[in-house]
Amino acid sequence: MQTIEFKSKPKIIGSYSIVGPKEGKGPFGSFFDYVMKSDGFGEKTYEMAERKMFEQAVTGAIQNAGLHSGDIDLLLAGDLLNQIISSSFTARAYEFPYLGVFSACSTMAESLATGAILINAGHFHNVACATGSHFSTAERQFRFPLELGNQRVPTSQWTATAAGACVLSLEGEGPVVSMATFGKVIDYGITDVNNMGAAMAPSAADTIYTHLNETGRKPSDYDLILTGDLGKLGAEILIDLLEGRGVKLGPNYSDCGHCYYSRKQDTMCGASGCGVSASVLNSYIIKKLKAKKFKRILFVPTGALMSTTATQQGESIPGISHAIVLEAGGD
Amino acid sequence: MKNEKINEAYNSYVEARIPKTKAWPSLFNSFWVGGLICLIGQGINDLIIYIFPSMSQQSAWAWTLIILIFLASLLTGLGVYDKIGKFAGGGSIVPITGFSNSIASPAIEYKHEGIIYGTCVKMFSIAGPVIVTGIVASIVVGIIYFIIGLF
Repeated sequence: MQTIEFKSKPKIIGSYSIVGPKEGKGPFGSFFDYVMKSDGFGEKTYEMAERKMFEQAVTGAIQNAGLHSGDIDLLLAGDLLNQIISSSFTARAYEFPYLGVFSACSTMAESLATGAILINAGHFHNVACATGSHFSTAERQFRFPLELGNQRVPTSQWTATAAGACVLSLEGEGPVVSMATFGKVIDYGITDVNNMGAAMAPSAADTIYTHLNETGRKPSDYDLILTGDLGKLGAEILIDLLEGRGVKLGPNYSDCGHCYYSRKQDTMCGASGCGVSASVLNSYIIKKLKAKKFKRILFVPTGALMSTTATQQGESIPGISHAIVLEAGGD
Repeated sequence: MKNEKINEAYNSYVEARIPKTKAWPSLFNSFWVGGLICLIGQGINDLIIYIFPSMSQQSAWAWTLIILIFLASLLTGLGVYDKIGKFAGGGSIVPITGFSNSIASPAIEYKHEGIIYGTCVKMFSIAGPVIVTGIVASIVVGIIYFIIGLF
């Protein structure tokens, strides 16, 4: 079994999302807690800007939960930069313990699932979960300098400048994290780093299929099935792959990356990065769950476990996706 | 375990679904922007000869290149050249201005890692392969030229 049910019903009692100016102009713009005026965020380097963004998300989530820093038992966080520096360096600003987690852009689900397990087992009361990404730091680590005059290919995606954080607890009000399905690492041999949607889609298909199989549920049992950052092409591939396995995704399926920017924003296949699913979850999704617009959601962030070294050595890109079931709760 | 057959089938399925770049509009933009850059170069060259009639053509060419390289670096620093590149693609990458952009952009990008480990080390991270290819090609041509000269 890859699926776990959380009997004690851990809840998301506070959440916070922060995004860059470009992301703020996208369709989700009005749902985010904070839109930065510039990508630099008043810091000397973009790495420091990412960290500041991260810290604001964690602090904001704790405040929105009505708690103080001293009430938090643990921070679970990860990001895309080498040695997950944005998470680790953010953690040094706080007095609570920290566990670094990494599953690329599926990190939000990994931290939520791990947090829910720890709370469900009774080890901790309040666990903060966070992740984020920054366009400018990801570009320099994975691609080219910002000022280089090159063209993007049609399958490429735009790394979002965004971070999201939330606080899980047994006490208080909020959407319930009722289940989690941990995903397998799946690699169908895609080597093109400009086509991450195709690299990740098989893992999303496998996790969703396994989840439905193990729980005996159908896609229509969910008000929304939301993948992370497959983008336009990846989402289309996922629909195909699942159809091949006898699962038909309906209009209740959507992908955060695909609808993160407007068409005019010229991002080819859409958005990518940990911050995409994290910021959508901790703004739009949680607000809609609280308003009971959605009753039950399957949230499946998707990650491409690539490294520039492995890619240059000709290795293909493994994908991973973890799924979380979120319920409005309170009947 | 990697399954070669599944991978092959998946890769060809993905290949068929990939949206293609529209060739003709991209080629058109590349062509006219590339041509315009060359035209500007010729204009600078003619202007130099006009202002300094006694200058040799060799020196005028050298000055033309220096001016083009400077202009492209300046536009890179001002955040304009990447927009030209996004529009024109190869049209603004192939001329010497593209070479200038490929050196100036990492120099700016990595300045926070320090002058030595940042700017100096990373400066040629994109232009480096072009330089190496040029040097290796000239060595090969030199050897061929030498061997032909023996007979």
